[in-house]
Amino acid sequence: MQRTAGLWLLIGLAGYALLPWYMVAGGFWSFGWLSAMGGDARPALLWSAGGRGWLWLPLTGFAVAGASLMLARDQLAMARGLVSAGALGLALMAAQGLVILGNSTRLGLLEGATQPGMGAGALVVAAALLFVLTTGISGLGRGRGDAFITGMIGAIVALVGIFVFYPMSFILLRAFELKGGAGLGVTEFLPRFFAGEIWSPACLTGLGYCGAALNSLMLALATATGTTLMGLAFALIFTRTNFRAKRLLRVLTILPIITPPFVIGLVLILLFGRAGTITEFFAYAFGWEKTRWLYSFWGVWLAQMLSFTPIAFLVLIGVVEGVSPSMEEASQTLDADRWQTFRFISLPLMRPGLANAFLLGFIESLADFGNPLVLGGNFNVLSTEIYFAIVGTVADPAKAAILSLILLSLTLGAFLAQRKWLGRKNYATVTGKGDSGRNAALNDGLRWTCYAVALPWAAFTLVLYGLIFFGSFVKLWGYDHTLTFEHYTRAFGIVYRNGIHFTGAAWNSYFTTLTIAAIAAPLTAAVGLATAYLLVRQKFTGKDAFEFSTMLSFAIPGTVIGVAYVMAFNFPPIELTATGLILIIVFVFRNMPVGVRGGIAAMSQLDKSLDEASITLGANSATTLRRVILPLMGPAILAALTYSFVRAITSVSAVIFLVSARYNMATSFIVGRVENGEFGIAIAYATVLIVTMLAAILALQLIIGRRKLRRADRIEAH
Amino acid sequence: MKGSVRFENVTKKFGDVVALKPLSLDITPGTLVTLLGPSGCGKTTTLRLIAGLESASDGRILIGGEDVTHLSATYRKVSMVFQSYALFPHMTVMENVGYGLSVKGMSKAEVRDRAEAGLETVGLKGFGARLPSELSGGQQQRVAVARAIVLEPEVLLLDEPLSNLDAKLRRHVREEIRQIQQRLGLTAVYVTHDQEEAMAVSDRIIVMKNAEIAQEGTPFDLYDRPASAFIADFIGDANLIDVEITQSGEPTEIALLNRRLTLPLSSKATGLAKLVVRPHHIRLDRDAAADRLPAEITYAAWLGNSVQYTLTTPVGSIFAIGAPQPLPFRQGDTVHLGFGLEDVRLVPA
Repeated sequence: MQRTAGLWLLIGLAGYALLPWYMVAGGFWSFGWLSAMGGDARPALLWSAGGRGWLWLPLTGFAVAGASLMLARDQLAMARGLVSAGALGLALMAAQGLVILGNSTRLGLLEGATQPGMGAGALVVAAALLFVLTTGISGLGRGRGDAFITGMIGAIVALVGIFVFYPMSFILLRAFELKGGAGLGVTEFLPRFFAGEIWSPACLTGLGYCGAALNSLMLALATATGTTLMGLAFALIFTRTNFRAKRLLRVLTILPIITPPFVIGLVLILLFGRAGTITEFFAYAFGWEKTRWLYSFWGVWLAQMLSFTPIAFLVLIGVVEGVSPSMEEASQTLDADRWQTFRFISLPLMRPGLANAFLLGFIESLADFGNPLVLGGNFNVLSTEIYFAIVGTVADPAKAAILSLILLSLTLGAFLAQRKWLGRKNYATVTGKGDSGRNAALNDGLRWTCYAVALPWAAFTLVLYGLIFFGSFVKLWGYDHTLTFEHYTRAFGIVYRNGIHFTGAAWNSYFTTLTIAAIAAPLTAAVGLATAYLLVRQKFTGKDAFEFSTMLSFAIPGTVIGVAYVMAFNFPPIELTATGLILIIVFVFRNMPVGVRGGIAAMSQLDKSLDEASITLGANSATTLRRVILPLMGPAILAALTYSFVRAITSVSAVIFLVSARYNMATSFIVGRVENGEFGIAIAYATVLIVTMLAAILALQLIIGRRKLRRADRIEAH
Repeated sequence: MKGSVRFENVTKKFGDVVALKPLSLDITPGTLVTLLGPSGCGKTTTLRLIAGLESASDGRILIGGEDVTHLSATYRKVSMVFQSYALFPHMTVMENVGYGLSVKGMSKAEVRDRAEAGLETVGLKGFGARLPSELSGGQQQRVAVARAIVLEPEVLLLDEPLSNLDAKLRRHVREEIRQIQQRLGLTAVYVTHDQEEAMAVSDRIIVMKNAEIAQEGTPFDLYDRPASAFIADFIGDANLIDVEITQSGEPTEIALLNRRLTLPLSSKATGLAKLVVRPHHIRLDRDAAADRLPAEITYAAWLGNSVQYTLTTPVGSIFAIGAPQPLPFRQGDTVHLGFGLEDVRLVPA
């Protein structure tokens, strides 16, 4: 404990005395600050000596820590000293940051004081204080006395606190803010929260348009029902029939993951829009009127069905496979026929899984931003309304905050319902024991129903994806179908003249996207897997709350988190807007829950006695993690890396608020083109992204996927 | 003293569940002590507390005279053999055995030498390059032992080390473990729920029940002088018959049914008690006698070298083991039971 704490004390002091305390122009890694050490890039030591006296505050933490290290008589006293030192230092540091915001101060303290956003020096000092605190906690005997474990918990709690809870608190504050800076209260909040324009049921009675909240809710219910049924049909075909092209069905499941948003909506427009191919055909052949039906509830619903059915399929494959064959065999030996077996045994056993798929579809639909943006027309939903409240002609952050709260309560409600009803209930009948036998086949009626529902849908989906590819090569869809490379050359043109010049309009955002995704992916995997390790392998007080808070960001729609980040990180103490860093951070914390889930699943299959053996053989937790656990977790690491990389490329909802001229992302570039009606270039770009992601997935498979131990699914200790 | 283990009122709670009531014990260096008991009795918790895999809720733990209550498992000089062996599947046998040495920072050559010596001790010389999955269960077990002993721990912990082996191999491996322990003079703490295994390997046995110690002593002590009905039944089979002590002291006089018996035992108080009669101490006879108990055979199982009988008697169901007879007793026969008064014991009711 003494050595670890001492080391962090030194690191903290070095950060305090040598690194620039505030954000520096040009970014930290340009090292321009080395030459400006006397100017704006001064370390805290110089600032506090020269006018900004409040920067002495963090130093008190170090002073207390140093005193406890040198003067404490026994371990316990030292540990207590370190805990109070870290806590005090962090509290003082946070206080000065939250009081002096850029050019103004709060609570009437330190009037006239100014300071920019915190930078590298502040980061190092804060980290050092945090780890002094956690090392002290380990010295109190928590976390089995392991400073590495308490440090890890502390780091994750701090990160989730700063990048999930801190920004979300701004939404709350904004929503309850009274006009004219008159403080907080519900007098304005309640009327706005329950306003007719949000909840209006006018469309149901045929008197106009419904409110956004009601629209969102109806859409989510419809999409969840549809995707669950469709997913079930696919899952039954996949697991309970002799259908030949099962591999092709499997391909369907990864398509939506690597599909940039808008693309489905775009292709639907090209087919069913007023000038769409199919619309034209019916108008020509049957004289049907060309309508704008696509730009309504039904269009968005269709796009969401296409986007989210594969997700339900993926969930339900596991559920359907999870029904133990021996139960079905037992039913059949009791003289039930196939239909009765399905109806009275298999289906009830799948019920929690079906509910799970339903809630997932519900949350995805509510959070969906791309499809309603492209197809919504007069059909307003919450996620797009939030966007327009921020970027529209009349920016209304308070309205955005209130809409965000509504959306958040819907998704959070579904998320909590899922945890409460399904989280602990386990109908899965897969046990560790070898359960031989085969799942019962479907009876004919059910089988043909599944075929009739699912196969045309699969064909439709595949045709759409074919059209994406085809559409990127035609000049102007619906009008001029000559084949051309024009869209590709405009987006991705390269000129060889005195070297290579990337002249295409899309190169800039393409490189930015790949760079940021490549940085975010390993970070996401690391944070996610570290959290999973703590959740599966360690016991500590407040573990349930810890798990809940790390999974929470799954339930926060991207639009909401985007708004929250804009509100929270636009000014000191943490000023990150218009940087690449904020994009990386938003990806890490939005995609982390998936890394956590995957890590938990993988780690639960590693026998716990493996770690314990390593620990009792004298290895510490860090060594155990590196030499025993990580080598056995190859596939989970791969999945987490792939997923977070791909999600960083395809995500749009949060990103669209956070991009800047310098750091533009592919998806927001595509949005721009769609808004300008340049569908060709948008589709061409999307095609390039899909190919890029496929290539990345394959490359990662090759690099990490090879290190498989053996074919057994469960890695047991021997 | 090096190799000793001492618990001073150690307790362990998981939330509201008490896994271990205040427990004190002393383990003498160089002995093999077994923690024996039914599942959930706290024996594994006790072992894990020694290892440092659980931290004590209260009390002090000393290993080799040093207070290790708050020391993490990494730094305790104990090593453990796990029920599932916990061999690292991605490392060879040699890497597994050398793991503890290499994380200590020993040089590669020394790690190899010591690991080889360890493998030789358990009779697996030349198996170093294999993966654990290429070994049989018994061999994996021995690798796990080698991995634990190359660290020269003060205390070797074994958590049900034989439970994944088949019955025949078990006897063989437990003899080996006992021999290695005695040869190296190790202190060993051995957890099992199998009383026969415990009797076979231990210097001392600590029987646990409901999160506390029920009785401790040498295997002979526990068998010959059970302190409670639980121990009498758990260590070797026993018939427990309700009796009343009519006169305490030595000898003791008891009332069984309508008869009075004088036993060559001492007892503390009069009142209700249970008479412990081992199954193989019961004699079956076709002829009635004044000191014999009439019984009907409800079930007879012939096992080759012995016959097991379940009998219905006026004092309840009785289990007896006898030698095969030339003229066998059959189910439904009425027989008359007797036992030697010096063979029985009394335990509190």
